[in-house]
Amino acid sequence: MKAKHLRNRWLGLLPLGLIFFLSGCGQLEMTVLDPKGPVAQSQYDLIVYSLWFMLGIIVVVFALFTYMIIKYRENRPGRKESDYDPNLHGNTTIEIIWTIIPVIIVILLSIPTVTTLFDLEKPPEPAAGEEEKEPLVVHATTADWKWFFSYPEQDIETVNYLHIPTDRPIEFRLTSADAMTALWIPALGGQKYNMAGMMTTLYLEADEEGGYDGRNSNFNGEGFAAQTFKVHAESEEDFNAWTQKIQNEAPELTADRYNELLKPGLTDVESFSSTHLDYVKHHTKDGMGYTIEHFRDLYGKKLDLYEIEKQESFQ
Amino acid sequence: MAAEELKTGPLEYRTQEGQMGIMGFWIFLGAEVVLFATLFATYAVLFGRTADAPLPSELFEPGIVLIMTFLLLTSSFTCGLAIHEMRRGSVKGLIFWMAITLALGLGFLGFEIYEFVHYAHEGATLQSSAFWSAFFVLAGTHGLHVTLGIGWAILLLIQIKQRGLTNVTSRKFFIISLYWHFLDVIWIFIFTSVYLIGMVI
Amino acid sequence: MHITDILVTGEPIIYGAMVSMALGGLAILFVLTYFKKWGWLWREWLTSVDHKKIGVMYILSALLMLFRGGVDAMMMRVQLAFPDLGFLNSQHYNEIFTTHGTIMIIFMAMPFLIGLMNIIVPLQIGARDFAFPYLNALSFWSFFFGMALFNISFVIGGSPDAGWTSYTPLSGAAMSPGPGQNFYLMGLQLSGIGTLATGINLMVTILKMRAPGMKLFHMPIFTWSTLVTCFIIVFAFPILTVALALLTIDRIFGSQFFTLTGEGLPMMWANLFWMWGHPEVYIVILPAFGIFSEVISTFAKKRLFGYNVMVWSMIVIALLSFLVWVHHFFTMGAGAFVNSVFSVSTMLIAVPTGVKIFNWLATLYKSKIEFTVPMLWSLAFIPSFILGGVTGVMLGMAAADYQFHNSYFLIAHFHYVLIAGTVFACFAGLVFWYPKMFGHKMNERLGRWAFWLFFFGFHVCFFPQYFLGLDGMPRRLFITNVAEWLPLNVISTVGAAGMALGFVVFVYNVYYSFRYSERETTGDSWNGNGRTLEWATTTPVPYYNFATVPYVDEIDPYVRMKEEGKTTFEEDKVKPIHMPSYTGQPFIFMALLGLASFGLIFEWMYLAVFGLIGGVVMMIRRSFDYDDGYYVSVEEIKETEKKARGL
Repeated sequence: MKAKHLRNRWLGLLPLGLIFFLSGCGQLEMTVLDPKGPVAQSQYDLIVYSLWFMLGIIVVVFALFTYMIIKYRENRPGRKESDYDPNLHGNTTIEIIWTIIPVIIVILLSIPTVTTLFDLEKPPEPAAGEEEKEPLVVHATTADWKWFFSYPEQDIETVNYLHIPTDRPIEFRLTSADAMTALWIPALGGQKYNMAGMMTTLYLEADEEGGYDGRNSNFNGEGFAAQTFKVHAESEEDFNAWTQKIQNEAPELTADRYNELLKPGLTDVESFSSTHLDYVKHHTKDGMGYTIEHFRDLYGKKLDLYEIEKQESFQ
Repeated sequence: MAAEELKTGPLEYRTQEGQMGIMGFWIFLGAEVVLFATLFATYAVLFGRTADAPLPSELFEPGIVLIMTFLLLTSSFTCGLAIHEMRRGSVKGLIFWMAITLALGLGFLGFEIYEFVHYAHEGATLQSSAFWSAFFVLAGTHGLHVTLGIGWAILLLIQIKQRGLTNVTSRKFFIISLYWHFLDVIWIFIFTSVYLIGMVI
Repeated sequence: MHITDILVTGEPIIYGAMVSMALGGLAILFVLTYFKKWGWLWREWLTSVDHKKIGVMYILSALLMLFRGGVDAMMMRVQLAFPDLGFLNSQHYNEIFTTHGTIMIIFMAMPFLIGLMNIIVPLQIGARDFAFPYLNALSFWSFFFGMALFNISFVIGGSPDAGWTSYTPLSGAAMSPGPGQNFYLMGLQLSGIGTLATGINLMVTILKMRAPGMKLFHMPIFTWSTLVTCFIIVFAFPILTVALALLTIDRIFGSQFFTLTGEGLPMMWANLFWMWGHPEVYIVILPAFGIFSEVISTFAKKRLFGYNVMVWSMIVIALLSFLVWVHHFFTMGAGAFVNSVFSVSTMLIAVPTGVKIFNWLATLYKSKIEFTVPMLWSLAFIPSFILGGVTGVMLGMAAADYQFHNSYFLIAHFHYVLIAGTVFACFAGLVFWYPKMFGHKMNERLGRWAFWLFFFGFHVCFFPQYFLGLDGMPRRLFITNVAEWLPLNVISTVGAAGMALGFVVFVYNVYYSFRYSERETTGDSWNGNGRTLEWATTTPVPYYNFATVPYVDEIDPYVRMKEEGKTTFEEDKVKPIHMPSYTGQPFIFMALLGLASFGLIFEWMYLAVFGLIGGVVMMIRRSFDYDDGYYVSVEEIKETEKKARGL
């Protein structure tokens, strides 16, 4: 009997141990907890801030819980008469205390949440001592199951990959040609939805050069898992060199070619020296039905997708 | 359950079954309020999304809608009279006023069907745009409720002929009167927030 | 239409499922015929309006659905742990996670809890049956046929594949043609009728049929949780009804609510869905809270601490549950202000929930804890649920949610609250009230095995998923093609296997206990620790529940009744009891509506119209039905009671 109770006690502590264990060995590797830009950094700060409160709550509850089930189990050796009070049924003071404390915690969590929310609506502030830069505008459009990144100032468009300069805010203008999707680059910051007939704005910024993973994080059908893209964050000079190269070497994006790309299916990375923005505006009431009206019959077809890497793109 | 029966008070409230039935129906009406509120919200959100279809202000006509409103409001009043007669114990009065109520309800339905057909001819159908979908489903749901109410009331009229006024039949009539008044209230909202606003904007 | 257009073909797993379903069906038919049980099935079960039998049927269906949803889950876990096997392709995986989610919420959690409410609530308040027994049978059969409809989709026509949230425009006719999505819509619509009816039915039952003297604030806490839940059902389910109807009209009759053409507004679906969906979460968690309160107070042998606070916190949770739906799509870009408001309202829910946790802990203070199986489930709930609760607050912080949303962090969170909350409660409640339902307890030793396997499996399965989410793994991903994600996924799958094993042991325990458990001789099954009226009547419960209903003017009335030697059989006070008659109408009515729904799914309008007309005919029949039930004679009651009480 005693051994069993001992087991209960340690089992109760197990999840707590797991938290410390996993957060200890996992922290360095997890993308969200390893921010590479000011947006991700502010979200990371918020998460860590909240995590301390949560750990506090968990510790308090686990401690009370363990104490209760050890002290007040029926057949604990050495139980006293005074350990049992069947008529104890309430206490106003203590109820007020444990109502007020969570309220205080909620207030303490709300303040940074709200301020961060308002900050995220604006381009990230430049780091101390740096001059403020105009955000780079990138239209990110999704169609089943690919990404179009249009750079209107540079007049170039890429499919399924993205180049951005570091230390400069990127203003993503998100929309979709068909299903609802979401642009998520966890290393740079949180996601936002792309919706046909709408345009949402998402500010991100990279402050370290490197390659990051981006994807559609909102389920949109069969090719969902394949709707990923690589983000290349590079210095302003490298970025400009890259745009130059695309402008000079890549073909123009014709209306026919764009229509071809809009059809549901997978596709490889591509580059074009013009954008689709003149052909159709998916975020307007007029343009939102464009893909459906043209390719309605193609949506019933199945890809039979087993492994993305081995899948032949539809091109 | 039905064991105890009170000796006073309205007939429909004398048994526990009667009381429970009426309370259950009140709660059901609460659910119906949510149902229509959702439809109204949908309509409000989709207002203006007419696409290529005609605008509501081009189609809504004050005349027909006023007649419909008049018919339904009057029917609610005659329905109240029917219950008044029932409370007095007059089966004849109940049947008479209920029949008038039904006739008015049928008149309302007739105009509504005419109205829908007319809109369809003018190019505004369920399929033509988000706005018209919302309009037809909102008004149509109300119309469907009226239709069901009429069918239901006819069944009750047969039953009262067969059985006379009892705890059960009076409960049934009381409940349908709640239902009918409720439809009237919903129509007032449709009249003001759909037709009046639609005609102005 | 050719047969291959209707039957799903080309998948060995589905062929296997078809064969096993056909064999299982044939076996059931054979057994029923061989033992001449058809009449018994019809007379005793299919036509029953007895709340206890209906409750048992709910729970059996829910266990069946737990199995089906669990098989879906295991298939997903195998695919994610061994992505190289090519076990499932993307399409198949999408269908499976869609049915898993829908089944677990709509056809497992809710019916399981409604089943327990069915059996226990009338007993707790001293009622003979529901307020509307006929309607109760109707509710069950609408759920049953909705469930059947949803489940045949994977052999006939193809399963829905747009997620249990069925977001438009993906789930609209343009992008998801075919019957799959219609199965989702009609299955939910049909069973939703029953849920709404049950909500109304239970509300009236609780408000009007309590034992004499029992005020609202004397009611057992599980009954309170049921009342609050019914309030949520009545005000939330019509929203779902409308949302489903609009999408159905979109898909079948070509309207433009959620389409990308005709200036439709797909985002409205997300709003409508979650205006129902968030209260729905509380529909499945509040009764769970009620069950835990009953079990903890029984096996702590102590009154529940802070009864009034417990009730009020449930009411506050219910009200708040209608004001937080936007937190399911903070990332839709509604703006900082809107997100702030919903962020704060979301976090506020943690306050009454936290208060409840502390009250349960305080109930344990100065108690005598007995570690029975239902108590194990209830105690395990507290630390497990806290882990889900605190991550819920983190998700509620909108700015941080941009990183958590649509990731495995979210998956881990809601499995932590729904399994540690709802599923643990279902097991706790079932084991706790099992003797009341079946006249014998479940075996304790096997029960412990099932508990520990499930408990460990659960934590091993879902705890790693928090970290997968923080590493950027999105939900609904059919393949783990990022190397860093694989190890944690393998661990998770091992845990899922543990849960599956726990379930198997639990089911085996049902059989084992049926064969070997001692039959109950008293009504107060748990060593005389029962506190509320359901323990005051005999076991098995007579079909009229109580020979005489005691006068109640306090919480936990049965404690004092035992002290004073009172029972629910006061011989000189027995009067004839009025009972409702059994009827096959609800079964036939809902079968016809099921047929109509089936017609709509395939857009076979003749069948749909035929079924609908059949339904109208059944309603007319019901209107002319003046069957007033029957009376149980005093002699019969006395005889039954004396036999059961060994007098």
